[in-house]
Amino acid sequence: MTTRVGVEVSIAIADAVKLSNADVVAAYPITPQTHIVEHLAELVANGELDAEYIPVESEHSAMSACVGAAAAGARTFTATAGQGLELMHEVLYIPSAMQLPMVMAVANRALSSPLSVWGDHSDLMAVRDTGWIQIVVENGQQAVDNVICGFRIAEDKRVLLPVMVHLDGFYLTHVIEPITFPEQIDVDKFLPPNSYPFPLNPDKPVAMGDFGPPFIYTEAKWMQEVNLRASRKVILECWNKFGKAFGRQYLPVEKYHSDGASVLLLTMGCFSETAMVAIDELKAKGNDIGQIRLRLWRPFPFEELRQAVKDADVLIVLDRAISFGGPGGVVASEVKAALYEQDKKPKVVSFVAGLGGRDITVSGFKEIIQRGIEIARTGSENEYEIYGVRE
Amino acid sequence: MAKSESEITWKDLEVGCIVAEPGSARQYETGAWRSQRPTYDFTKCIKCGICQLYCPEGCIEPNQDGYFEANMFYCKGCGICARECWPRVITMVEEEE
Repeated sequence: MTTRVGVEVSIAIADAVKLSNADVVAAYPITPQTHIVEHLAELVANGELDAEYIPVESEHSAMSACVGAAAAGARTFTATAGQGLELMHEVLYIPSAMQLPMVMAVANRALSSPLSVWGDHSDLMAVRDTGWIQIVVENGQQAVDNVICGFRIAEDKRVLLPVMVHLDGFYLTHVIEPITFPEQIDVDKFLPPNSYPFPLNPDKPVAMGDFGPPFIYTEAKWMQEVNLRASRKVILECWNKFGKAFGRQYLPVEKYHSDGASVLLLTMGCFSETAMVAIDELKAKGNDIGQIRLRLWRPFPFEELRQAVKDADVLIVLDRAISFGGPGGVVASEVKAALYEQDKKPKVVSFVAGLGGRDITVSGFKEIIQRGIEIARTGSENEYEIYGVRE
Repeated sequence: MAKSESEITWKDLEVGCIVAEPGSARQYETGAWRSQRPTYDFTKCIKCGICQLYCPEGCIEPNQDGYFEANMFYCKGCGICARECWPRVITMVEEEE
């Protein structure tokens, strides 16, 4: 019997880490992620989770400790947000290149300055090229499920990569949602013990993170790229197995009334659910509109995206971060790149909105959609539109 | 590493570029970095071994006659031995090729 309980999403994530039977948690508290690691500290202190909890002095140290833990073959978890993720930045490249599996929950938060503890996707986009698998969730249930899936994907011997599970800070971390927790026995069946092939062992010495002179660096990076791209197959396999075992199916590109719709709205993260209400209301009035959501940000789901949008005329893309002086919306920019060579493709219209905790309401999404359709028809001199800024 | 540097492909690399063979750094020819090489006038050498103590590469050993000499497979040509050798046995000269 699975149990469905009302619980704060941060607490639920910590409980998912406990269900996953993590061995090491090294973390530093930062808003809006703090409740996750606070609750994990409680679980370890109470003896409910048999793990090493390493309270470190910074996120740089948190990630460094996680690298060491994963190298020793431990099931490793951490969580951070915003500035914390940026302080980790240098170390983020290490576990991906060294193929050390771990899971990190990122409570997405805007970057300073001006100081903002509120949510957007600036931190998510800043770590785009660190070589991690990046999964984006829209609600607490998805966060719980994908923490468990994250360990299975990360530790799969065909993958061996670190996984970020992105959930929107405050919008998800601090709300109470009904969560269905899987039973321990079922998680144990779904998630085999971590058996990292080269755990640190004095009797079998290896050198990790070694020197890479010019004669080998290109080969090392290409191996990393091939490996990250190939992880897609294992991610899909994991989500299918999870769907069969627990009845909740995840896809790299999620669809909502999108098949056959001439206008599509592409979103990422929890604002997607608000956007669905706008889609419902517009559809009820006879508008030909649907939605797609990117669940998998890295590796980028090129094929699934192309298939999902191939019959649409207009694709409106919402970004919650700015690539300054560049294309504006990073998601829109990548979507355009993915579609450029296609013979038949929708007109892509890029919007930036929802920065630093600014809400986008249902009526806001309707305005964005209407303005997007207008721009698709008339064209625009701008790379992108920013929605909701006061002139 | 059975293959030479130029033969290794990305498929030959171990998971995460781990080096699973202990001591394989011995195969790395740091001598290829050298732009100057040490030359010796052993008639002045008193076999004190100060060059060996100061060599940052640890590549100086006594030869069969007991004179201290660098292993040119590893010697990077830094010249510290020549600087520290107070009887002035060692002179650094440019590598021609």
